[in-house]
Amino acid sequence: MPTLPTSRLTGSIMIISVASGKGGTGKTTVATSLAAILGSRAQLLDCDVEEPNCHILMRPELQTSEVVSVPVPVVDMEKCTQCGRCGEVCRFSAILVIGTEVLTFPELCHGCGGCSLLCPEKAISEGPRELGVLETGFAGPVEFVHGRLRVGEAMSPPLIRAVKAKIKSEKVAILDAPPGASCPVINTVSGSDFIIMVTEPTPFGLHDLRIAVEAVSHLNIPLGVVLNRADIGDREVQRYCDEMSIPLLAEIPHDRKIAEGYARGDLLVTSASEYITLFLGMYADIKRLAGNRITGPRKATA
Amino acid sequence: MKIAITTTGKDLSSPVDPRFGRAQYILILDQDGSLLEAVDNSPNVNAMRGAGIQAAKLLADRRVDVLMTGHCGPNAFRTLNAAGIKVVIEQSGTVREALDRLNRGEVKFADAANVEAHW
Amino acid sequence: MKELVIISGKGGTGKTTLAASFAYLAENKVLADCDVDAADLHILVHPEVLHEETFRGGVKACIESSRCVACGLCRDACRFAAISQDFEVSHFLCEGCAVCFHVCPEDAVILEEPVNGRWFISETRFGPMVHAALLPGEENSGKLVALVRNQARVLATKQGRGLILVDGAPGVGCPVISSVTGADHVVIVTEPTLSGLHDMDRALELVRGFRIPASVIVNKADINPDVADSIEKRAGESGAKVLGRIPYDSAVIKAIVQCRCVAEESYGPASTAIRHVWDRLEADVL
Repeated sequence: MPTLPTSRLTGSIMIISVASGKGGTGKTTVATSLAAILGSRAQLLDCDVEEPNCHILMRPELQTSEVVSVPVPVVDMEKCTQCGRCGEVCRFSAILVIGTEVLTFPELCHGCGGCSLLCPEKAISEGPRELGVLETGFAGPVEFVHGRLRVGEAMSPPLIRAVKAKIKSEKVAILDAPPGASCPVINTVSGSDFIIMVTEPTPFGLHDLRIAVEAVSHLNIPLGVVLNRADIGDREVQRYCDEMSIPLLAEIPHDRKIAEGYARGDLLVTSASEYITLFLGMYADIKRLAGNRITGPRKATA
Repeated sequence: MKIAITTTGKDLSSPVDPRFGRAQYILILDQDGSLLEAVDNSPNVNAMRGAGIQAAKLLADRRVDVLMTGHCGPNAFRTLNAAGIKVVIEQSGTVREALDRLNRGEVKFADAANVEAHW
Repeated sequence: MKELVIISGKGGTGKTTLAASFAYLAENKVLADCDVDAADLHILVHPEVLHEETFRGGVKACIESSRCVACGLCRDACRFAAISQDFEVSHFLCEGCAVCFHVCPEDAVILEEPVNGRWFISETRFGPMVHAALLPGEENSGKLVALVRNQARVLATKQGRGLILVDGAPGVGCPVISSVTGADHVVIVTEPTLSGLHDMDRALELVRGFRIPASVIVNKADINPDVADSIEKRAGESGAKVLGRIPYDSAVIKAIVQCRCVAEESYGPASTAIRHVWDRLEADVL
């Protein structure tokens, strides 16, 4: 069943993704503080399902928990003629016929449904394989959603899609994306109205920012950069943003108070309430920058 | 009896390749050492996942009786078992030396995989 | 020959920075950068590329519009919402399952193996290095990581090197699994924050599942000594050895900004701690 295409979701006020090429630059710090200052208007969805961290800073009261699975083949040996078609069709070695046995390897299965669809004897049905859990709740007035992938599980996109399916149309949805620039990031930011890229002023930060920007370029979503620990390094990130005409939304200086607060699990805006205006300003800028692109009613999804 | 031995080269003097699924070559021999087939395993070397499963299927299709290699993961092992292929692990030295050990009865057949699932 | 893999669970804990310093301190090794999504090790070790190859990591479907009759069977069958209403396959959403290829009545679907990355064999001032880069946005299935490790092993065997030093991928998913399976030892670099502790737990769980001996290094340890204590306690409970703590030191950022390794450049508190940690690690692994 198709879940989320690349076009925008129906009716949501705004979807803001927070991403970064390099991990550890402050993505979760920014996403959580942004959600916190928006209060009841916001919904925070932690899409970094491999290493979700938003809950550490938000301390939500979780109210629901559901298992998210991927459908894997279940073979009815009464109907099976061991023709071997399933094994020929499967690109992931998740099912094959050996002698008179049909072997399935559920942890290799992507849930494409091909074997079940193409079995000439209709001998294959589907059962669930657990990928992880999806939990929802509230952190004060902020609605909270996160997914937690089973450790050792290789597949994050289906869980990310399940998290995003919880986006509520009447809220500003803030998505904390996984770090990096590969497909879990693309899965997360697709359909957003704006992407905040968080980075640091070091060669690592710049190098990975470039990669991340390129990775999302085909999605044509407006971007802005937040430079965290802005005073510890060089000015190459600012120069890059100028060259690429990417707005620099904020520069947050290194502040031991913030670092120590983070270590304890405190939000940035809690450790340093003087930054509340910075985040409010950031939101206003984002609305303006994204607003230029949001024209007319959203297209319904397939 | 047909014997498959993983190797980095193409003849009996080549060293045993400790990997199964991603072995460079798999030699199929009969007991006296006649080379029946030298299988180029590169499609599996480059496979995304399931290299061991595919290599095991390859041996099943050729009706191999015994596999000799270094290590074998659980998915490959399960597939080999289903095919009725006996597995000898922790082999090293040359292909010829491994075959000689088999013929002298100096080997044990594995009853479980000896490494965790891997790429 | 031993293979040592450095991972972090959480990004930004200093994995690559430490890996580079270990590269300086270790002898007779091959370096492997398995963070193919956002490879950074090269920034500090400055490899000179000797050999470059393209990487084709998977299959993508492509619809030949001249044969397509827009029947929609492919869109109905695609579980990944990868085919648009105009019958274009999204390169990034397509998982290469080929179901569309099988259901198309007009044979309008072609399966391609596009280039989605590059890998390199290079020389650095610390010895040979194998590294790679996925094209931005591509799927990081772990296959390219496996290739980098394999090539590093081949190189190490050929050159008689005793150690393969791997800068692993962040997180705990596919690429990390591919970085650690079959390794002799895993080092988890973490930081004394609640997030660092949480992510270290997941990384330890992963490594335990693969039955690989693990050690832990607490980086920037003085930000929160209490959490650092918790980390060490938790690591111990998990059967992982604690190699040591490295203090926050502004010399580290200075070195990074100049694209140099800390251990090579300075003799401050971080550099000294890194040397001690390496001595202990070397004794354990080699």
